Amino acid sequence: MLAWTIYISFLGALLLLLLPKSNAAAARVLALLAALVTFAITLVFFLQHRTGEMLTVTDVSWIPSLGIRYHLAADGISLVLLLLTGIIAVTGILFSWNIEHRANEFFAFYLLLIGSVYGVFLSYDLLLLFVFYEIVIIPKYFLIAIWGSTRREYGAMKLVLYSFIGSAMVLVGLIAAYVVAGAKTMALGDLAGFPFSAHFQMWAFPLVFVGFAILAGLWPFHTWAPTGHVAAPTAASMLLAGVVMKLGAYGCLRVAMTLFPLGLAPWGFHVLGLGSWREVFAVLAVIGIVYGAMVALVQKDFKFVIGYSSVSHMGFILLGLMTLNQIGLSGAVVQMFSHGILAGLMFAVVGRMVYDRTHTRELALLGPMDLNKAIPFAAATFVVAGMASMGLPGFSGFVAELMIVIGVWHAFPILTVLVGLGLVVGVAYIWRAMQKAFFAEADRASAAPHAPLPPITLPERLGAIVLIVASVIVGLYPQVLLNIIVPALNSPLFNGLRQGGWR
Amino acid sequence: MTWIVQNLWLVPALPTVAAGIGALARRRNRVLAASLAIGSMSVSFLLSVVAFAHVLSLGNRGLATRQVVDFRWFQFGNQWLKLGWMLDPLTAVMLVMVTFVGLLIFIYSVGYMEHDENFTRFFCFLALFAGAMLGVVLSNSLLLLFMCWELVGLTSYLLIGFWYHKPEAAAAAKKAFIVTRIGDLGFFLGMAWLYAQSGTLLFYDNGAGCLEHAALAVLVVHVTAVGMAASTGIALLIFCGAAGKSGQVPLHVWLPDAMEGPTPVSALIHAATMVAAGVFLIARVYPLMSAHAGPGLGLTPTTALIVVTWVGAITAVFAALIAIAQYDIKRILAYSTISQLGYMMMGLGVGGVAVGMFHLITHAFFKSLLFLGAGSVIHGCNGEQDIRKMGGLRKFMPITFLAYAVGMLALCGFPLFFSGFWSKDAILHAASTWSVSRTPYYLGAFGALLTAFYMTRQVYYVFAGASRLDASTAASAHASSHATATPHESPAIMTIPLTILAAFAMLLGFVGTPAWPWFQSFLQDRGVALHLAAFSEPGLLPVMLSSSLIVLLGLALGWWFYGRKPIASAEAPDSFGRLQPHAFSILGHAFYVDALYRATLLRLNAAWSRICDWLDRWVWNGAVQTVSYTVLAFAWLDNLVDTKVVNAGFDEGCETVSRSGQVLALLQGGRVQSYLRMIGVALVALAVFLLWGATR
Repeated sequence: MLAWTIYISFLGALLLLLLPKSNAAAARVLALLAALVTFAITLVFFLQHRTGEMLTVTDVSWIPSLGIRYHLAADGISLVLLLLTGIIAVTGILFSWNIEHRANEFFAFYLLLIGSVYGVFLSYDLLLLFVFYEIVIIPKYFLIAIWGSTRREYGAMKLVLYSFIGSAMVLVGLIAAYVVAGAKTMALGDLAGFPFSAHFQMWAFPLVFVGFAILAGLWPFHTWAPTGHVAAPTAASMLLAGVVMKLGAYGCLRVAMTLFPLGLAPWGFHVLGLGSWREVFAVLAVIGIVYGAMVALVQKDFKFVIGYSSVSHMGFILLGLMTLNQIGLSGAVVQMFSHGILAGLMFAVVGRMVYDRTHTRELALLGPMDLNKAIPFAAATFVVAGMASMGLPGFSGFVAELMIVIGVWHAFPILTVLVGLGLVVGVAYIWRAMQKAFFAEADRASAAPHAPLPPITLPERLGAIVLIVASVIVGLYPQVLLNIIVPALNSPLFNGLRQGGWR
Repeated sequence: MTWIVQNLWLVPALPTVAAGIGALARRRNRVLAASLAIGSMSVSFLLSVVAFAHVLSLGNRGLATRQVVDFRWFQFGNQWLKLGWMLDPLTAVMLVMVTFVGLLIFIYSVGYMEHDENFTRFFCFLALFAGAMLGVVLSNSLLLLFMCWELVGLTSYLLIGFWYHKPEAAAAAKKAFIVTRIGDLGFFLGMAWLYAQSGTLLFYDNGAGCLEHAALAVLVVHVTAVGMAASTGIALLIFCGAAGKSGQVPLHVWLPDAMEGPTPVSALIHAATMVAAGVFLIARVYPLMSAHAGPGLGLTPTTALIVVTWVGAITAVFAALIAIAQYDIKRILAYSTISQLGYMMMGLGVGGVAVGMFHLITHAFFKSLLFLGAGSVIHGCNGEQDIRKMGGLRKFMPITFLAYAVGMLALCGFPLFFSGFWSKDAILHAASTWSVSRTPYYLGAFGALLTAFYMTRQVYYVFAGASRLDASTAASAHASSHATATPHESPAIMTIPLTILAAFAMLLGFVGTPAWPWFQSFLQDRGVALHLAAFSEPGLLPVMLSSSLIVLLGLALGWWFYGRKPIASAEAPDSFGRLQPHAFSILGHAFYVDALYRATLLRLNAAWSRICDWLDRWVWNGAVQTVSYTVLAFAWLDNLVDTKVVNAGFDEGCETVSRSGQVLALLQGGRVQSYLRMIGVALVALAVFLLWGATR
């Protein structure tokens, strides 16, 4: 049944193209229906499947001569991300309710993107995963290039180039693994079980890891993220930050780390004090955390603040992966979910609630508009999202960051201090953006009266509430996710990792 | 396990739920919001009293008074992270104090905030604060405590910035949040370290908790790279958090600014409860603070406690000096709060949990009394906060005056009849016998003198003489609907809480006298009996006598400067702080001896106050500013690198690709002639090459 998430999305996209052009309302309703059905499927599956072990959904032969199969399967980790995709898909459409320009195509590309993201999370066969991973890039480009704003061609092209470079690296690594293993299979479990030589893993691991991590915003390959997020229309930035960046992180954990666990082992020598790929990537992740937060602190464009905050938060995920301990890895998966929800919420506030009404994202211009009075719901939502994003207890961000920090303390005690610094700067940039955009001095506002802004609509309210509730549920009862993440991490798939660098 | 222990979570949950409902209420549902907050707080108070009685009865029956309830929060691997709550004497005392003072302040706020358009939101925030604060008090896990701690910080931010349309309020709120967050970073790191070392964050867990013997024994012997025991390092990091919340030097800068919030907020959060949470935290982790490596060292103070003591003592004097030179009625009280928090820290350091906590409890009552009194004064003067423009209020606001006088005498530590005397005396007595140094004792005694002095000054300015209130300035500051030129007494809903608090400010001292140390015994699980012989304990009576004399001296000095002659006008310079010719002509003619003192000793003293004020403004504040600018500079640098280097690298790469594409495109011109020409040239070249090769 889970496979239908892919088919329904693709079918929806096809139907949308057949609809009459002039009827934007029908297009949104159809898109919302499709997204709702996929969300319902993931939710039902999420609620029923409480053990988290790998469950095959579909398995038929695809290219028999190469031993490649159309094999879909889900375990706890992919279920969490599938659920995230469902939530973001639905809320993204709610926040695109005002799209009138070529609405059919917009929602068709949107559903195509959603469907292929579902595909990546469900693929068990690595070639299949790669195919879906490539399909994601195409609708991404058009969504930004056609419906985007600031420097949209530049942003879209940059995003596509980075994505293709990353996937080229992944493809080389995958083919090498296929050939070296020689077992005529691309199934994840089989390849993960194959004892590749340590020498091979030493170069294949960084290749594939960086290939995926480019999409996860690993410093210094992150620059596509802020420009891409800023250029994208609201729903697309929600998808980009919410789920597409997670594709990268998911690939790092699911493919790079399970296939080549020995690539994380020490080199046996030190360069600049770093003794393994693990330490290299951990340091890059920490740099990403602090650096992203710092850069976010001085941005003049509201959306860039959120864009760079994504770089910072994705650093937490990659750092969590590099801790190689139970709590750090679980924390990284929870952070994938949490950041997806919260980044989606922030982009919704900035892109939809604020920008679509004020037509500016300059913090200096937003201040005098007295937005707190004009659109109080947006202000309140941003305050909540900001609190959650800076890791206030009670929201999902706190649990995730706490788990990662504890994991890091075990693995790299010195880096914890830098992570703490990143947390403090994280408070500062949220605070600065909040103050400047919503709570600037009111006296200047009264001097220049503005035309009243349109009120916040019902779909926006619904979308915001769904996202906040999701974050609070995970924040108060993280076990709801961990119940299935932990068994998945303990499954045979991660055996190699456990025997390798896992402590 | 009895019902009350199992359901203790209701105490913080009720106000939190009330806040949640209040948040959904519409702005005009004032009665609903206020009654929800007050109602939930009343129930919480009753539950707290039941809990208190339960602990008391357990103690009387000689049973263990600490009971914990733990529950699993989340899992990783086969480990569970547990949270929980506990009921012990410390929790019970704090629960009753917070709910009781909170309840009174809630009721008072109904009167104080009557004219505010965001009345509903105010009560929502207040209730949320109460829920979070109660959570801090009863949590049995450092993690849960930290979570509630952060929520407390958030509500404090929201309430300081409640009148966010005032730029100072918005700035003060931001400053408060960020400065306390710097302290919390230490707390967070300490917590992560503690977890990594002991594997649990539960305080008490049937022998497996991090404050119990087994874990502490491991922590004290584990020596870190810098030669410090892990327990000391963790304790100092946690103290950073406590110092931030409790406004200890050098992290105190936010507290005076926090007075931009509504006065009930200052009373509840920035005097009675939240700022005391830092002191409470140290009391809670006291076993960790005082953990020793080996047996037989029980009496020598640990490094952590020595640090706590010195920071506390310095804060106590530092803030008291600044308070002398202030004119804003609430800022004087704010500096006084910082100073008293310093005393509490010092009390914890030199005398243990009971000594520090006793002062915390008495201070909570008399300081919230003072703040509410100040609020009543501000309310009565239509929003005026400058004490130079008040005066003569005794006639207009008799109840407020009496209550304020009680609070002031309790704060000064007036002998025998006021609670502050007993609690401050316990700290001074413990300090006088501290084995490390006697300096904290002298600092404490000096601070007591200053306290008496600045409070006397304030009371004379506000209540004595004739009214200096200027009608034109007053009307603009407050809701103009009921603005009158003459000050007026506040409504009963504000004066009744004042009266109740005043009663407690007097009576509370008697539960902790040396002759009948009921409070101390309760916290330490011991029986108590009345024995007057305790007064003859060596060193006790001299300390009590000397501190009484010091207080009387301070009061006399205050009277000497401010009481003998009524303060003439709002523009008249402060007779102590600003020694201008004007002041000389009024006071100097008759008493040249005074003038001599003033020109020498007291000028020095005033200069010192000003130096401290200057330090506060420029050094500590400047340090914060410098750090923030440095961070900003780095951030700009990063930004520059991102746009000019990382991005430029990408753009350059793209350009190179497209340029080389252009070069290659020249070859593909699409003209058959040039292709043929190329082929011809190539053929000739090939022929030449082959021929040349053949001839060799």
